[in-house]
Amino acid sequence: MSARELGLAAARALADRHRLKWWEALPWLAGLAVFFFLPSYLALSTQLVIVILFALSLDLVLGYAGIVTLGHAAFFGAGAYTVGMLAAHAGWNEPLSGLAAAALVAGAIGLASGLVLLRTQGLTLLMLTLCTMTLLEESANMGHEYTGGFDGMPGLSFQPILGLFPFDVLYFRSQYLYALAVLFLCFVVVRILVYSPFGQSLTGIRENLLRMHAVGAPVRARLVIVYTISAALAGVAGGLFTQANAYVNLATLGLDRAAGVLIMLILGGYGKLYGAFVGAIAYMVLEHVLAKAYPTAWQLGIGLLLVAVALYARNGILGIADALRRRLRAPLAR
Amino acid sequence: MMTTRSRLPQVLAAGVLAAFAVGAQAQTVKVGVKLTYTGIGAEFAQQIDRGMQMFMKLNPEAFGSCKIEIVKRDGKNPGGADSKIAVQELITQDKVDLVTGIIYSGNAIATAPLVDAAKKPMIIMNAGTAWITNLSPMIARVSFSMWHAGHAMGDAAAKTLKAKTAVVGYSDFPPGKDSLEAFKTAFEAAGGKVIDEIPMGGPAQVPDFTPFFQRAKDKKPDVFFVFVPAGDHAVGVVKTYAALGMRQAGIKLIGPGDITQDFKLQAMGKDAVGLITMHHYHADLDNPANKRLVAAWRKEYGADTTPDFMGIQGYDGMAAIAHVARTLNCKIDPDKAMAALKGWKFADSPRGPIMIDPVTRDVVMNEYLSELVMKDGRLYQKTIGTIQSVKDMCKELKVGRCGK
Amino acid sequence: MDLISIALGGLAAGMVLFIVSVGLSVTMGLMGFVNLAHGGFAMLGGYVIVQTMKTWGLPFFVALAIGFVAIAALSAVFERLLYARLYRASELDQVLFTIGLVFVMIASITIIFGPETQTVVLPAWLRGQTDLGFIRYRTYSLAIIAAGVLLVIALWLGFERTRIGAKIRAAVDNRRMAESLGVDVGRLFTITFAFGGGLAAVGAGLGAEILGLDPQYPLRYLVYFLIVVAVGGMGRVTGVFFAAALIGIADFALKIQFPKGGTMFIYALTLVLLLWRPQGLFGRRTG
Repeated sequence: MSARELGLAAARALADRHRLKWWEALPWLAGLAVFFFLPSYLALSTQLVIVILFALSLDLVLGYAGIVTLGHAAFFGAGAYTVGMLAAHAGWNEPLSGLAAAALVAGAIGLASGLVLLRTQGLTLLMLTLCTMTLLEESANMGHEYTGGFDGMPGLSFQPILGLFPFDVLYFRSQYLYALAVLFLCFVVVRILVYSPFGQSLTGIRENLLRMHAVGAPVRARLVIVYTISAALAGVAGGLFTQANAYVNLATLGLDRAAGVLIMLILGGYGKLYGAFVGAIAYMVLEHVLAKAYPTAWQLGIGLLLVAVALYARNGILGIADALRRRLRAPLAR
Repeated sequence: MMTTRSRLPQVLAAGVLAAFAVGAQAQTVKVGVKLTYTGIGAEFAQQIDRGMQMFMKLNPEAFGSCKIEIVKRDGKNPGGADSKIAVQELITQDKVDLVTGIIYSGNAIATAPLVDAAKKPMIIMNAGTAWITNLSPMIARVSFSMWHAGHAMGDAAAKTLKAKTAVVGYSDFPPGKDSLEAFKTAFEAAGGKVIDEIPMGGPAQVPDFTPFFQRAKDKKPDVFFVFVPAGDHAVGVVKTYAALGMRQAGIKLIGPGDITQDFKLQAMGKDAVGLITMHHYHADLDNPANKRLVAAWRKEYGADTTPDFMGIQGYDGMAAIAHVARTLNCKIDPDKAMAALKGWKFADSPRGPIMIDPVTRDVVMNEYLSELVMKDGRLYQKTIGTIQSVKDMCKELKVGRCGK
Repeated sequence: MDLISIALGGLAAGMVLFIVSVGLSVTMGLMGFVNLAHGGFAMLGGYVIVQTMKTWGLPFFVALAIGFVAIAALSAVFERLLYARLYRASELDQVLFTIGLVFVMIASITIIFGPETQTVVLPAWLRGQTDLGFIRYRTYSLAIIAAGVLLVIALWLGFERTRIGAKIRAAVDNRRMAESLGVDVGRLFTITFAFGGGLAAVGAGLGAEILGLDPQYPLRYLVYFLIVVAVGGMGRVTGVFFAAALIGIADFALKIQFPKGGTMFIYALTLVLLLWRPQGLFGRRTG
């Protein structure tokens, strides 16, 4: 075989092993297209990318491991405040290492809380995650000398990314590409994880807990590991938030943010990797458009959408897409 | 021979006329308004919005030949991130000349870097954290700082009300802490003593005030100074004060006017009689501009509506914008706009004469000490003292962050 | 501050939580359905109560009764038409649905009535203070405590002494078994859901002086309702009662002693309680 044929064969083997589909390149192409064709929407788009990353981290625990949590913003906020406080109090404002620190701190909190909380399930686990997050929020409020409390920490500034690309306060250009790059890297990590044997065992745990116990799989350990990884990723999203906005406040730790990302993920479809993308984009774009047109009525529109999707889809928007695809294929299968 | 030379005057005349025609075309000043039209701040947004509309309705000539185009955006919540997007889009997409609105201090803080980088004048119509105007030379404020009322009240509590001891209850977030510090600074400078400071929950929801008020009652102070965010918190405060029988125990309830916000006032009922507040505005102020505004407001929005301090801030903010537009002949240059705002005096404000301090770009205005009484079957604010030309003492005394 | 004032103050707040949340606890225990819109039904009831008092000048208790009936009917209709379709659905779809529903409720109320808080004018005899002999206390708070205690006794008797109560208890404990014994669980749920919704409405109207009433009510207090249900143990009426009382009093006492910690204590307390007894104080340990 010629070098070219070998190369193609290798590429195809890689694609097969990771089950890469051609359309998986689309989101990233779309992301780049936004940069070139919608330059005045980059502030909104940056927030969107950050939320997608956050939703992706939630999908790991919710979609793949079946842990329903209302407190994931604890890790988002932990990452956000780590970056903020390092910048404001320790003068440490190099962006990439800041993100690493955010991931570490958030991951540590995830590990600690996961060890304690993942003994429980259902409503109890839900309330425990919520309480943990709220306690963190209250601590941030009480420590307002360091955290800025309710009003937040203004005036943060960060060094240029890789020393080359300064943060763009008004147009968010460099922020957007930076966030997109970070999202891409994190997505690769999540994708590899999900298709690995570890990831498959998570799906087993989600689908049939008893059987997993019966086959002797180390269930608790797996849950805590995935919870920690997810927390670290949420922390990265939070750190990005602080860097992109040059600002952090208590809302990063709040129930609004935690509940919002949960809704977006369910809306898009959980356990499908791309549900985070679809859900976040659908929710935030719709919210943005409706809020401009009818400020008071956007909540009505979003509410009706959620009700409709819940009633008619079995797993969010991607669930509808799946069902449609199956129905389209079925007649041909005769 | 009729040469071009003899036609020159005609051409010149035509040219001059043409120039006049172009200059006389009304230029549009685009004003970006960012308010929290949905969510917990919706009522306040409505008040400010109405205040703006009222100014434009009652003073159409204030804008000179300029046309005003208003672009509204929803900030949605005090969290900062959504307001940042809204203001960014006002600047980059809608290309506004000025930004205004801003109810919550958190949102002001989040959006300050944007207006600073883009060099767009921002006229704040509410956000009251004292050091906000220090965040950028592009920021001017027509509303208030927590220190205006807090400091003046501390002073008045010691001197006019002759109080020796005070307990301070405050909502646990920066405006509350500002208020506490402002009151304490003035009260103790005038010889009083603050014997307890009680944080009373957060601004996001109205807590049950009973435990906090019980603790205050047990300390037996002369006055109980309370700061809570305007709105439902204030109603809760008044009801709890009455429910615990604190007035009978000889403890006066005092505070900034946030606790007696006009459009919530009548809902408080008889329990509120005797409350003493210090504020830059209440709807019962007796001056011609205010009487005119209140009448017009009731006619436009309903007989049981009333302007309140937020409405006035919208009104005065619009007056400031009109002044800028007119002074600059409808072409808004950022530095010239800020220069026009510095030292601007507005004698006809419904709250009395106001001025924008040329150094701090914050408002200088009267503060009114008022007592709530019953008159003709409704609650009425009786002005018992006026302090003129009050500045923001935080920046004046360079306390903490205000000094930076 | 004497212990009795603290106990009474905390108990009053707790009783409001109890009255609103008891319906949520029973329906969650009975059908395992996560109804995050429960606060929305409470809010709608509150608005019905306030409006009937304002528009038709009806006395407070008549308005409460109307609120109960109106929201019970509304709940039954919603249950049959919408909720029933999601019984087989995943927990998360139920969450999505109920959140969407509560958004629709909040938005509708905001559009119709505006964002302002509604004020409830209490009847004259509920205002002021009452002399109990050993203490003078706010009449309104005492009335709420009395209402809560009467309700828990009535509900307990209802569950223990009536046939339908027995059926509900059976279905909560083991639905499959109950169904196989011929209990019509579907109809039971409609009745329970309606009753719970009606109680929530009364709770909102009764507690409006303490908790307030505005379009943000459902989401603002959702956490407290869930805490009371989780700590009490799903499906246990007495559990909800004691959990609500405990949380109300603890919150009150801690706020007086340590105002700086403020709202933190409820969450810390809930955390500790749920880690100690994950099934709730009165719940049954599953599996």
